[in-house]
Amino acid sequence: MATQYTILVIAEHEHDRLSADTLTTLSAAREIQQHAGGRQEAVISVLVIGSQCQVVVDALRRAEGVDEVMVVDSPEYRHHLSENVSATIAQICQQENGRFSHLLAPATTFGKDILPRTAALLDVGQLSDVISVESTDTVMRPIYAGNALARVQSLDSLKVMTVRSSAFNAVSTSIDNKCPVINLSVALPCRYSEFVSEHKAVSERPELPSARVVVSGGRGLGDKASFGLVEQLADKLGGAVGASRAAVDAGFVSNDLQVGQTGKIVAPELYIAVGISGAIQHLAGMKDSKVIVAINSDPDAAIFQIADYGIVGDLFDIMPELIASV
Amino acid sequence: MRVIVAIKRVVDPYAKIRLKGDGTGVETNNVKMTINPFCEIAVEEAIRLKEAGHVSEIVVVSVGMNDSQEQLRTALALGADRAIHVEVDCAPEPLTVAKLLHSLMIKESAQLALLGKQSIDTDNNQVAQMLAALSQRPQATFASKVTIEGECVVVTREVEGGLETLKLQLPAIISTDLRLNEPRYASLPNIMKAKKKPLDVITPQDLGVEVSQRQHVLEIVSPPTRKAGVLVASVAELIDKLKNEEKVI
Repeated sequence: MATQYTILVIAEHEHDRLSADTLTTLSAAREIQQHAGGRQEAVISVLVIGSQCQVVVDALRRAEGVDEVMVVDSPEYRHHLSENVSATIAQICQQENGRFSHLLAPATTFGKDILPRTAALLDVGQLSDVISVESTDTVMRPIYAGNALARVQSLDSLKVMTVRSSAFNAVSTSIDNKCPVINLSVALPCRYSEFVSEHKAVSERPELPSARVVVSGGRGLGDKASFGLVEQLADKLGGAVGASRAAVDAGFVSNDLQVGQTGKIVAPELYIAVGISGAIQHLAGMKDSKVIVAINSDPDAAIFQIADYGIVGDLFDIMPELIASV
Repeated sequence: MRVIVAIKRVVDPYAKIRLKGDGTGVETNNVKMTINPFCEIAVEEAIRLKEAGHVSEIVVVSVGMNDSQEQLRTALALGADRAIHVEVDCAPEPLTVAKLLHSLMIKESAQLALLGKQSIDTDNNQVAQMLAALSQRPQATFASKVTIEGECVVVTREVEGGLETLKLQLPAIISTDLRLNEPRYASLPNIMKAKKKPLDVITPQDLGVEVSQRQHVLEIVSPPTRKAGVLVASVAELIDKLKNEEKVI
């Protein structure tokens, strides 16, 4: 008997490296599979679109739960531009003639860019930033900067969703599941958009969304040099560095470290907020952290309302002592 | 060229929201409403492109209920030339909004559509991408820099790990990120002048679009609340808690 559902996960990767967000998206796919009645009823297929991405394909064949890897490998896809990547996914969905019941991608800048475009090409809606799966057609997703949760049911025959990484655990990557690899010879060009350049920040520190510890700094640091205190503490704890919008706007750190409603969403085991007042938009990005520590001179700062442990005081006294003692 | 800017009326980003008792949504009566911050940035960018001589007319559009006209007037006061209110009687889904904007782009022969990357109420981050798909035109989402170069637009985007620059052939669709610009305030004379600017009210039927509901919001609930925290007196006490009680360091 044919399986009822096929869940297609779009892999995010850098051609030679699979992103951790793909592994958490696979975890969401497995939850849908459970709700569908297990592997007999629902299979998980992963689509890799890229250029010279064999390493990624190999990594996915070791990922728990993957039943099939579909690969589109062509120089056309070097820069993951939405124009041809979305068209390629839509074309594959159409060619497979309704085989796919669910289409998932991580809610990263990659997934947010390509998936709504794909959904519209297929004339279906999208569920953004899914934080839990309640059944094969119903999910929970945060609205109003995480100040409310919506339980939403999709009536579309193909359910398209982006998945919030911090809400799911990554699947294991040490399974040898010997799943089939299907190479597809698609190479759609970009007719109207071209890649010009990129400036990626290089960091030795762990990536923000998957870090176990995050130390974030805000306006209270005062200047860029003082932000070094946040970096020193993060390094001592083996953690990632984050920032509030105020710290980014003031030029202390680059934009991609911003934690909040419109930046990164993190849920580490330990989140240390240094000189951050706790605006709604910042809390949206970190309030699901397991343990939150706040260091702030203002005892009325909103951050203390959600912090498990707070210290009121001058961060320039507290931080050096903290760095020295961890 | 003509640019279309889509704006949305939302609860003020600094207001604390209250959920309705029956689980159907968020209370918007007697709550301060405003233009979605990302849409405001899109309006500002359109005005700057006009000031730089690249844009001849800015048409600001809002799909929403009757009260959306308040935000359209604000956009006109900021510098938009005319406004179109697509009146709907319920909260439209992103795909419907995209279809309406697609129809309007054709009707207005717009060369550029500027939208916010997401509205701060539904946090969907979908409409611009869907509009680009329906228009079969290029997109640049999360823009932090926009430059018109002849028949093209060069856009720097905020992406995972840094920045990326794309070159798109016009017509194109761009969604704005926070760092694109610093929106201006409307002056009193401009607010007065805005009252005389044209504001057309049309319906989805006028644009040949059917308003469909593909998603059922079954319930809106409060997120789990965190247990009350404690203030510690010293760094030593903090370290002790993190090491021995929480075991996170």
